[in-house]
Amino acid sequence: MTQLTNNRQNDWCLSNFELFEKSLNGDSALHIHAIRKAAMERFAKLGFPTTRDEEWRFTSVAPIASSTFNAVLDYAPDGITEKNLKNLIVDGMNGSRLVFINGHFSRDLSDCGSFPHGVKVENLSGALKNDIGLVNQYLTRYARYDDNAFTALNTGFLHDGAFIYVPEGIVIEDPIYLVFVSTESDASFVSHPRNLIVVSRNAQVCIVEHYISVEKNSYFTNTVTEIVAGDHSVVEHTKLQSESLKAFHIGSMYVHQGPASNFTSNSISFGGVLARNNITALLDAEGCECTLNGLTLSTGQQHIDNHTTIDHAKPHCNSHELYKAILDGKSKGVFNGKIYVRKDAQKTDAKQTNKTLLLSDNATMNTKPQLEIFADDVKCTHGATVGYLDAEALFYLRSRGIDSEAARDMLTYAFASDVTDRVKIEGVREYLSGVLHARLEQGRSEG
Amino acid sequence: MLEIKNLHASINGNEILRGVNLRVNSGEVHAIMGPNGSGKSTLAQVLAGREAYEVSKGNVTYEGNNLLDMAPEDRAREGIFLAFQYPVEIPGVSNTYFLKAALNAIRKHRGLEELDAVEFLSLVKQRMKILDMDQSLLNRPVNEGFSGGEKKRNEIFQMAVLEPKLAILDETDSGLDIDALRIVADGVNKLRTKENATIVVTHYQRLLNYIIPDFVHVLVDGRIVRSGGKELALELEDKGYDWVREHADVNV
Ligand SMILES: Nc1ncnc2c1ncn2[C@@H]1O[C@H](COP(=O)(O)OP(=O)(O)O)[C@@H](O)[C@H]1O
Ligand SMILES: [Mg+2]
Repeated sequence: MTQLTNNRQNDWCLSNFELFEKSLNGDSALHIHAIRKAAMERFAKLGFPTTRDEEWRFTSVAPIASSTFNAVLDYAPDGITEKNLKNLIVDGMNGSRLVFINGHFSRDLSDCGSFPHGVKVENLSGALKNDIGLVNQYLTRYARYDDNAFTALNTGFLHDGAFIYVPEGIVIEDPIYLVFVSTESDASFVSHPRNLIVVSRNAQVCIVEHYISVEKNSYFTNTVTEIVAGDHSVVEHTKLQSESLKAFHIGSMYVHQGPASNFTSNSISFGGVLARNNITALLDAEGCECTLNGLTLSTGQQHIDNHTTIDHAKPHCNSHELYKAILDGKSKGVFNGKIYVRKDAQKTDAKQTNKTLLLSDNATMNTKPQLEIFADDVKCTHGATVGYLDAEALFYLRSRGIDSEAARDMLTYAFASDVTDRVKIEGVREYLSGVLHARLEQGRSEG
Repeated sequence: MLEIKNLHASINGNEILRGVNLRVNSGEVHAIMGPNGSGKSTLAQVLAGREAYEVSKGNVTYEGNNLLDMAPEDRAREGIFLAFQYPVEIPGVSNTYFLKAALNAIRKHRGLEELDAVEFLSLVKQRMKILDMDQSLLNRPVNEGFSGGEKKRNEIFQMAVLEPKLAILDETDSGLDIDALRIVADGVNKLRTKENATIVVTHYQRLLNYIIPDFVHVLVDGRIVRSGGKELALELEDKGYDWVREHADVNV
């Protein structure tokens, strides 16, 4: 019975795939297409997960599975111009910018910048033709899809996204800004952006992935990003998820860390009616530093889920994780933080903190730290708190003449800025400050 | 300025204040002394508007208005200031940001122009001098990681910036060494005018050597059992609180 339901729910994905294959024409002969087909077969077997699946216990994707989302097969600017983009994106980003509209690269709206010889900042669809040798060394090697239906689906539809390659010793100062726009459309559609970021030995780069929409309609973004951080590289990745409040967003990021690499992720989610962010970081060599920062802002009926896995495979690595959530309205939050410390990974130092601020009695949070430690000489700590604004702090502020709303805002803002202040890019911090203030104002007009 | 009549207040069903009467006029300094747990902080918090306390009986008039009807922020804007016995730590909110918001809320209420960043900073610098405050405390989050003494000094610094009409200092002396005590007391004295009033809550007489009260009241078990001039504090120091309990003067 279950099998039947699952199969039927996969139908729209499978028929999308037929259309997608046709649209590829001659390109379906490429090596990558064999991988797409294998991934699609795997997806057909796995089906969409249900809440009986431990990994999806608190997040039901039934609304995605039971809908029909159409594939967007070709690029169309769909009315997106620099002007309407301007109000939605981070201001004052000096570096290069790649814009994707419904999953397809927009050459007109992008500025690939100018970089030292060997640096690649381009769209994946182009790279699959022009830099196929380089791409093939990495693409699909880190994003395992055997046990993740959404990654399998993304791999099946793998077509476009960003390809960034930083050769040995190159330091890129300005952040590289990746913007994924969803547009208005009559029928709901799905896009499967796929990004590959490779940072070689002693190289440094800072990437911002931003998901936005111009209309408050329903659509589905299913994105996968693979990051390879080489020997002594420094990589900062910031994801801003500000999809429409009716959108579905599933995003998975797979990070592979080489010797003494330093990787930081800032994952900030405030869009989507249903959003799930997966981050898997494999610390696959000695001396790695891995920092995962996260912030969720949700209200109304939003459901935002963060699943992180830090896999300490080798000795002498440090990981620091701080995830915070501010839940208002009837919104729901989920945090699951896995930390594996493998038998080899002696002298691991791992710290995980998850803090949730409830602004409403109807909001709920499910939080689960999950530490699995197989080495004996390690330092691992974790802590999770869920609570309301501190009554004593509120009174203290009010006793100085600050009204109760302003006092609540001040404390809420402070709670969030603990995470947003960690983002190194000033423009992003300012953007987030604006988002926070707007959310607080919106909360007041609804409350 | 302030008139408290037969004030009864309880928390979690325990009656703590059991009929407090007190009258404070502008220009006066009143000291409230009493043993631990007698209700001194409760009185201070009730006057500042802490909602956790339930006032079951009595009334409080402040400058002709019913104080108990006012929200805590409105009391502050009308000139009431409580220096907390245990100042609250507020992570993520900087001392200057907080104090500027407070001052401007109060100024706005009084029909004054809000201060811009430059004007505010020059005011703050001037007031910091009065309290010999370390400038670095300004940019730190409110009270976070402050030592006991720094917290108390920060309370009086806030008072110096906000210029209240009625200041209530709850055990401001505790946690201060003798030098800091002198600086803080000097600060309080400098801020005294004919128009404002101060209620000094203290367990020990020590502070009253520096801030000379016009009146001393002794609070025991939620009632003021004895009132007198500044010499009452010395007498208390000498004879202890048991002496007042035995010689409770119920007519005050
Ligand atoms: N939240 C509370 N719940 C119950 N009793 C309390 C609470 N807070 C204070 N009290 C009690 O009220 C009494 C007076 O406390 P307080 O006003 O702090 O005294 P003082 O400041 O004079 O030392 C004490 O007995 C204390 O235990
Ligand atoms: Mg007390």
